[in-house]
This record gives sequence, C-alpha cells and structure tokens, in this order.
Amino acid sequence: MKIAVFVKQVPDSAAKLSVDNGAVNWGDAPLVINPWDEYAVEAALQLAEKHNGEVAAISMGGEDAKEALKHALAMGAGSAMLISDAALANADAAAAAKVFAAAVQKLGGVDLAIFGKQAIDSDTGLAPAMTARVLGWPALTMLAAIPALDAGAKTIKVERAIEEGRQVVEGKLPAVLSIVKDYAEPRYPSFMGIRKASKAEIPVWSLADLGISAPESKVRWTEISAPPAREVTSEMVTGANADEIAAKLADLIIAEGVL
Amino acid sequence: MAGTWVYVDHFKGAALPASYEAIAAAKTLGGPVTALVFGEGVEGLAQTAFHYGADEVLLAEDASLADYRAEAYASLLSKLAKEQQPDAMLFPTSTRGREIAAMAAIDLDSGVLPDVTEISKDGDSIAATHPIYAGKLLSKVTVSAKPALITLRGRAFGKPVADTSRSGNVTKVAAAVAEGDLQTKVVDYATVEGRVSLADAGVIVSGGRGVANNPALTPPAEITDEKEKEIWRAQQGFLMIGELAQAMGAAVGASRAAVDAGYIPYANQVGQTGKVVSPDLYIALGISGAIQHLAGMRTSKVIVAVNKDPDAPIFKMARFGVVGDLYEIVPALTKALKERLSK
Repeated sequence: MKIAVFVKQVPDSAAKLSVDNGAVNWGDAPLVINPWDEYAVEAALQLAEKHNGEVAAISMGGEDAKEALKHALAMGAGSAMLISDAALANADAAAAAKVFAAAVQKLGGVDLAIFGKQAIDSDTGLAPAMTARVLGWPALTMLAAIPALDAGAKTIKVERAIEEGRQVVEGKLPAVLSIVKDYAEPRYPSFMGIRKASKAEIPVWSLADLGISAPESKVRWTEISAPPAREVTSEMVTGANADEIAAKLADLIIAEGVL
Repeated sequence: MAGTWVYVDHFKGAALPASYEAIAAAKTLGGPVTALVFGEGVEGLAQTAFHYGADEVLLAEDASLADYRAEAYASLLSKLAKEQQPDAMLFPTSTRGREIAAMAAIDLDSGVLPDVTEISKDGDSIAATHPIYAGKLLSKVTVSAKPALITLRGRAFGKPVADTSRSGNVTKVAAAVAEGDLQTKVVDYATVEGRVSLADAGVIVSGGRGVANNPALTPPAEITDEKEKEIWRAQQGFLMIGELAQAMGAAVGASRAAVDAGYIPYANQVGQTGKVVSPDLYIALGISGAIQHLAGMRTSKVIVAVNKDPDAPIFKMARFGVVGDLYEIVPALTKALKERLSK
C-alpha cells in the first residue's frame, strides 16, 4: 500500500505575530511542522506498519519547508519530496490542491493521500476536500479512527469527528483522508530517525517536473492586519469567603446581560 | 439568476443556527437570497429559511441525500450553480459547509473565502475578513471568480430575527448523482445527545490543568497509578464544571493542557489547535492563559477567570477575575447563579 502524507512548515503556535509592511512577522519564533500534520504522519505510519505499506511525505514551499519533511522522515516516513516553484508564491487553496493532486499522480499507485485537518497559519482547512475533488477520489475528513482497512479489496471504514459526535463511513480506495487529534498521539522522532533525516537528500519538484503549468489562484489577499487590541477593564472580585465572592460574581455576570 | 445562495446546513433535519445567520448576512449584500435545502424529509427547513429572510428555496429530497455525503451534496450544488449562476454562495463554517464549498470551488473553478467574520460588497465582488493564525491576525480577502464561495464563522454575524409571516416559492430539484455512483456509505452515528456545541454556544465554561488540583478528593482504592489518580480527580472536577455549565445552558470547553493530560476529550479543546470560539460569556477555570488558548477565545464578549495564581496571564483578558480555588468558587457560583436565574 502506498501512502502520501502532506505536511507544511509553519511558525510555532507560541509565536507572537505582527505585521511589517503588509507581511506576517513571527519574530524569532521557530518554524515547525504544522502540529495537525503530525497526526497525519502518525496515521500514515500506523497504516503502513499494519498493511505493509510505504509512506512518502510531500510538502510545498521554500527551502525551509524541508525541515517539516525532515521531521516526517525522522518520525519514520520512507521518503520525502519538496514541491517548490516561484510560480506558487501566492497560490490559493484550490491552486495548491491542483499541485498536490499532480504530485499524487506523479508518485503513482497511491492508495491514500493523508492531510492534517488544517494548517495553523493560513487556517483554511480546504486542502483535503479540494485535493480529493481534483483527483476524483472520495474525501474522508476529520478522522478520529480508522477501524477497518482492506488493502486487497481496497475498502476503508472510518470514524469521522463531526460537530454532532461521530459518523461512521465506509468508502473505497484510493481516497483522501484528513486526521484529527483523537487518532493517536504522534510519536517522537527516534535518535536513529533524526540521524537518517539529517542525511536525507530531499528531491525538489518544480511545476515542470509535475507536468503542469501554474494553476490560477482566484483568491486575493488585499491586506493583513493585527486585530484591534482587546479593550478590557479588569475587576478583581474579592470577599470574605467563597459564597460571598460567588454571590458578587453572579450579580456582576448577570448585570453584563450575557445570560 | 444573479443573487446570493445560502447552503442551509443541518444534521438529521436540525439546522445549525449559523445557517440562518448566513441567510441574514446574505440579505445585507442586496439582491435576491436563495436557500438550498438538501436531505430527506427536510421540507420544514424550507419554511424556516423563509422566516429568516430567504426569497426562494431550492429543495432536493432524495434517499441518496438522507445522510450527508460531501460528494453527493457538492455535485448537486455545483450542477445547480452552473445552471443558474449565482453571484455568491454562503455556507456556515461547519465540517460539512467547509467541505462542500471546497469541492464546489474545484467544480466551478472559483475560490473559497473560509471561516470569515465580516463580508461587504466591494463593487462587483465581495470583500471578507478571514482571521488567520487562530485570530492572531486578520486577512482581508476577495475572490476574482464567480460564484464567490464563502463560509461564515458561527456567531460572527449576529442573531437573525425570524418573521413567521414570510413565505416564498419552493422549487424542487433532483439529486445529481445516482446512489450507485457514490463511493461512500454512512453506516452509523455515535452522537452525544443534548450536548451544546462549542461553535454555537453563547456561554462556555472551560477547565484547565488546575482542575486536577484537588488533593481533598480521594480516588477509589482500585486506582493505584498516580497518573490515573490525577485523571480521576480531574474528571470529578469536570463533572462539577458540567453542573455550572448546565445551570447556564453552556457548553464545556478545556485548555490544551487538560486535553493532553487525558482529563477530557479533544472535541472540547478551545484554542489554536482546538476550536476558536466567540461566546457572549467565557468562564476560564484553572486556565493560566497560554497564548494558544487566548487566541482561541479572545473575541468572547465577557471573560471571567478563576485561578489560584494572581499572575496568570488570563487575568489580563478577563472582565472579572477571582484569585482562588476553583473547587470552592465553582460550586458556590453554580448555587448563586441557579438562585438568580430561577427568579
């Protein structure tokens, strides 16, 4: 079974962000693999271990995106490739999905293309369903568990974490999956894995290598700004004991008119 | 036909409140508003859509649409859009809404403005605000193709008012894909009855790492592992928090630290790698206020924090703060609110 897992390099979630000349500045915060993609890599590795498969990690971005791929390699992915092309600088989610689909086609024989639920920088969460649509494969998104997979019969049974609880769905392979945190805790890269990853030569694919021209992006970003500061007058509630404090607090909450 | 379409997202016939918020938002763009209702036995939703301001409803009822499946729903939506060419299509930002919009964008060679908190007419197109980095920054976005596909964040567009005297024309449409051509099948649901969803909640009570901090609670003798004891204590704490939530009809949330420690499922996590929420009232209990958590709840109208540590960063965001033990404050607050709200 062949599995492609998509990862993205993003500023650490603890980064303090600002806007400089219309561009996002994350100061000296490190760039890390998108936290949600770690669950996707974990799912890919578990499925590969169970079904005698191989995992290829793919990222799109500049040279620094290789770090996200190295993290995936250190976790245990068998190979990695970076899609990098100046023409992709302002790619929207649909354009990226067309590139991801072309990468899946280039790899060939892929049974599962796996994504995290969304990237913590752009926060769109569109790539899994869009890539599935471009490929014409079913999209099985927000997976908390994969109770059954038959690589021979090319069938899969999944548990989706939706707003209302869990939805159990059966589908056919090949398919696009997205994974949520409930699936499993991502493994730490092993010492051997880190050594292997640091030595790995990661091939870079251009759009020409993928055999496509730059897909047109329809979404335009006109301005990025910091949100207005939260204007809040803080009031500490004190009292002789818990009951007195609670009574004061209850009155204050009710006076705000939010209940 | 020009105008704005709104996808009425529902689960087993119960519409998400954000569906009606989307209809009200569509009205502000000017032009006719058409609501799309897909499912089986969902004609009642068409009437409600009129009450909230839809001028027309496209209703598709078919056995193949009984369970939501992205491919079946998106194909039908795209087919109708190709025939009738709306200017824009709005969706609530839900798992379903996001997915159908994504697929329709590929079918219609357009783009999606996801999870937006503001929309306005900008000449011939629509400008929207999309919070990025979990709301740490705001991005102004627009889409250069038609229809513009836009998913609206729940509770960002205000509560619409229903006018039950309104009605309109329902046009029935057929499903676009035959059952045999669909590659997925829904076999079961495990839903949690009566749970208030974080995305729709007007009030959220969240617990953090501090919830485990009650040495007075004695775990049952059969729990010997220290970690298991800690989880057991925290779960008792979340039961107590649940009672406070129930008193206000609130949803229960949690910090990432509480989720990672195994106190409560991931579905309850608020923050950058959980859910971004925007309730009228957010009560943070035993949550210190890591930047990732603050990003996920900073747009709440009123924030209340209870924490033992007077230097906890959460207090800087809070309208009201209490430095104290949540195990003393929470039961007292539950009692005090029950007394006042029952009047």
